[in-house]
Amino acid sequence: MIMAPIIKTESLVKDFGKIRAVDHLNLEVEERTIFGFLGPNGAGKTTTINILCTLLSPTSGRAFVNGYDCVKEPHKVRSSIGIVFQDMTLDKDLTAFENLLFHAYLYGLNREKAKARIEELLNFMGLYDRKDEPVKRFSGGMKRRLEVARGLMHYPKVLFLDEPTLGLDPQSRANLWEHIIKLPETQGVTVFMTTHYMDEAEVCQRVAIIDHGRIIVEGSPDELKRMVGGDVVYFRARDNKRAIRILKEKITAQIDEGDGEVFVHGVKGDVCIPEIIRLLGEEVLSVRLQRPTLNDVFLKLTGRGLREGAQEDEFKESIRAYRRRFDRG
Amino acid sequence: MIEVRVVYVIVMRELIKFLREKGRLVSTMARPLIWLFFVGMGMSRLVPQDVTGTDYMRFLFPGIIGMTILFSAIFSSISIIWDKEFGFLKEILVAPVSRFSIVLGKAISGTLLSTIQALIIMLISPLIGIYPSTGEIVSSFFMIMLLSFSISTLGIVIASFYENLESFSMIMNFIVMPMFFLSGAMYPVQKLPLILRYASSLNPLTYGIDGLKHVLLSEGINLDFPFYIDIGVLAFSSMVFLFLSTLVFEKIR
Repeated sequence: MIMAPIIKTESLVKDFGKIRAVDHLNLEVEERTIFGFLGPNGAGKTTTINILCTLLSPTSGRAFVNGYDCVKEPHKVRSSIGIVFQDMTLDKDLTAFENLLFHAYLYGLNREKAKARIEELLNFMGLYDRKDEPVKRFSGGMKRRLEVARGLMHYPKVLFLDEPTLGLDPQSRANLWEHIIKLPETQGVTVFMTTHYMDEAEVCQRVAIIDHGRIIVEGSPDELKRMVGGDVVYFRARDNKRAIRILKEKITAQIDEGDGEVFVHGVKGDVCIPEIIRLLGEEVLSVRLQRPTLNDVFLKLTGRGLREGAQEDEFKESIRAYRRRFDRG
Repeated sequence: MIEVRVVYVIVMRELIKFLREKGRLVSTMARPLIWLFFVGMGMSRLVPQDVTGTDYMRFLFPGIIGMTILFSAIFSSISIIWDKEFGFLKEILVAPVSRFSIVLGKAISGTLLSTIQALIIMLISPLIGIYPSTGEIVSSFFMIMLLSFSISTLGIVIASFYENLESFSMIMNFIVMPMFFLSGAMYPVQKLPLILRYASSLNPLTYGIDGLKHVLLSEGINLDFPFYIDIGVLAFSSMVFLFLSTLVFEKIR
């Protein structure tokens, strides 16, 4: 079944002076999916979101959301979308409830409907017991969840999330994600999110990787990762040398050894692991699988990492990425 | 197009925030009282009655009401800059509502809050020998509302040109204080040098304070303009500011 895309851009261009932030962008996003818009800082992600949200007008090209033209029918587009901006846009002096009520009135819900919806969404986002507290007492993760709830208040068709987990601690990130992945099913929305965290993009049905305002590749996370040439299987055997000898007779993949482990490159892990067990039997002491990440995809296509030049905090994240690279040998 | 619910919810937000910030009320009420009693009492020893046409404290009183309105209306309107800085303005600007409704909501919030504060200052009028009749109270109420609306809309125009909180002291020093000094609040506009008199005649506050003098101090005082001019200029300037602020709001992204 072919559905009309809920978001569509045709050769979208946005220039800021001499700088071309978005360069002939063609996008199609299917309804009720999570679409990841991935790229390094300054790649044009936020600019694209701002055009789709009618906050910026494109230099040329066209953009449609829910079938409405973002330039010609901005009011209809605005009624169809909910937005969580990169920076917090809550009123810290108002309570969670008041923030949502304000939003409901802006979008034309009446008081009764608004109250029921607020209750539903605060429960859904796990904030109901804090509804009468001023937002300034909320943690970063709670504020984000409240913003997601607010973005959903008026039953939008598309929810835009611009770097939703930026600056959150790992626990809050995980918690927010638990909620976001349920959205297409429970709320019937399409989620369009930008991020430069690789692991977050993994939950998207489709991912577009953008660099210098252009989409350099698009597909499901699995498709993209297969581009880098498959998984790496690591295992330890009683006698690594002998294991390698046995495997090399049967498997064509590249096999190396180091640090007490054997690694088999460029394979489909789910097929390769049973094969190894079958061939080596009790020889095998441990097996682990290293899947390629979207960062590897970006690295392969552009020759640099997604996070390179990224100024943010995330010291731990970079250490983890560093270790991962070393672990792989 | 005016969306009543939008205007309503913007006004409600400002009211709730105002009532929660007890400190703001205290400080906006303290300023006019300090000027009235500290500056007023000092000046009344220096200024002869024939310059102002009445006792200086009485002469100053309408100006102090004007000052209350000036500060609270400008404060209320430039909360738009706060909203820009803290991001909340984006939440309003991406909503499917007309810019005019947003501007009108802000203007009415400013008008309401400064009218309330000006009326509180009105309560102390007997302390300085002004005993307004019921009719005078009603007229001052309308004058106060009109002036509040004019200054609030002016404040929105000003606020839409500034991006961040650093601009706050700029606005205070280069717009608000000169507006106060060139408003006839402290000295009759006719006694000013020609160039300052021209500057004063461009200041909406001048007409508001003059109008309040008409209402509260009718007898024997040196007034600057006929009453209908005061009303006319305030009404006209409000419309111009309202139009301008809607125009600049359309441009904000």
